[in-house]
Amino acid sequence: MPEARPKELLRIRELQAFYGESHILHGIDLGVGEGEVVTLLGRNGAGRTTILKAILGLVGRRTGSITIHGIETIALPTHRIAHLGIGYCPEERGIFSSLTVEENLLLPVVVGEGGLALPELYGMFPNLLERKHSLGTRLSGGEQQMLAMARILRTGARLLLLDEITEGLAPVIVQTLRKLIGQLKEKGFTIILVEQNFHFAAELADRHYVIDRGTIVDMIPRDQLASSTGKLNQYLGV
Amino acid sequence: MGMSIQTVLSQVMLGLNNGVFYAILSLGLAVIFGLLNIVNFVHGALYMLGAYVALLGYSMLGPLLGKPDFHLNYWAALIVAPLVVGALGIAIEKTMLRRLRKFDHLYGLLLTFGLALIIQGVFTNYFNVSGDAYDGKPEVLNGVVDLGFMMFPKYRLWVIAISLAVCFGTWYVIERTKLGSYLRAGTENPELVKAFGINVPLMITLTYGFGVGLAAFAGVLAAPIYSVSPVMGSEMIITVFAVVVIGGMGSIMGSIVTGLLLGMVEGFTKVVYAPASGTVIFLIMVVVLLVKPTGLFGREA
Repeated sequence: MPEARPKELLRIRELQAFYGESHILHGIDLGVGEGEVVTLLGRNGAGRTTILKAILGLVGRRTGSITIHGIETIALPTHRIAHLGIGYCPEERGIFSSLTVEENLLLPVVVGEGGLALPELYGMFPNLLERKHSLGTRLSGGEQQMLAMARILRTGARLLLLDEITEGLAPVIVQTLRKLIGQLKEKGFTIILVEQNFHFAAELADRHYVIDRGTIVDMIPRDQLASSTGKLNQYLGV
Repeated sequence: MGMSIQTVLSQVMLGLNNGVFYAILSLGLAVIFGLLNIVNFVHGALYMLGAYVALLGYSMLGPLLGKPDFHLNYWAALIVAPLVVGALGIAIEKTMLRRLRKFDHLYGLLLTFGLALIIQGVFTNYFNVSGDAYDGKPEVLNGVVDLGFMMFPKYRLWVIAISLAVCFGTWYVIERTKLGSYLRAGTENPELVKAFGINVPLMITLTYGFGVGLAAFAGVLAAPIYSVSPVMGSEMIITVFAVVVIGGMGSIMGSIVTGLLLGMVEGFTKVVYAPASGTVIFLIMVVVLLVKPTGLFGREA
């Protein structure tokens, strides 16, 4: 490991995860330093989403070790893990349909200092202000994605787990999201992105991990991305 | 048919008096079903238990403590019974229901049904099945009030008023407050709510305690009206489940409104054709199930 690496925020060792009888993750080892952005790439069903869920203890059973700020979390309940400063944006965004936009925004518990206040968030996402009394799922897909991002920026979380946030969105919104991730990186957030391909985060991510059948099959640092495109396309079956 | 407007109104008022019990009990069932996904068959037995806390607190607690003059009064019982039964509910949730969470909700139904039989069996063993009268009704609630169209017992008016307040208060907390937003979100997607830092298992335990506490509260309200007996819960719960089916599982306002309406329909039926008043709710249930199987206010199955 090079000396220049920032202080490690998340360290996963020998992680195995199970849903009932099915064994999904087979020994994941990875570390993310403070302020780094990494992606987990792979085909559908490769286990990328399960890695994020396993970090939060949302899988049936998990073994191995996951430390956050040096604290071992493998035996902690999910809500306690969240309090270590994690913000989670699930697949399909997870907007609650029985809650208004503002209730959705205020739902996640504050887990750290330095979260954005409501007026700041409404400043960043004016659409949400206009529709704050609508039910969450009445928003368009893009607006729901903004809401899903906004609500974890309010909590003071410093480690963001973002699962396919660009899925099914118009190019202009994908562009907005890329800009947002760039700004968050500048502000020192640590971010793990689950993506189908490397294009969205090519310039943002420090490293790309390729996941297949529950293991990490390759790691590509940013400076080798250009020379690895062929290899990556082969992994991802493009 | 001699159906004066006065007779109709009086029966509808008395029906409303039954309706508030349906409302408060089906509300508790709806809250519990929403978050725990359990059809709480022990609800009726815990309603009965609430009435017995009032009865025994009034007549037996004093002698038991060596102070024959001590009576747990009615107002105190309204608070103590929900707390006692709520605590019992919390114990049931923590030791039993929690273990069933991973399984089909049929298992929760069977477990709570078994518990209901056990509680009712124990009480049948020690108490009079034909019922005991509760003597603790407060002085101020004796007498009648002139409603213009009828003389209505003051106590029953109080029951209607306080029940409506409790029902709509509960609705307000669930639908309009921050605490309620946790509950609604937990009903939709408990895993994600955990990931947002909220202690969902604790919330589930307290919700169950609150739901059965409501049943106990209704039990205390019922004690001075109906005779307190070990089977009062099982008689009540059959009708209440019909109400829940008609209203739709899991809808808060739906369960309240349906409870009130069906009580009044029952009262009205007494005027039109008295023998049908006991079955009219079940007839409506059959019709609703045929036409709209998710219930009048049900969102989805």
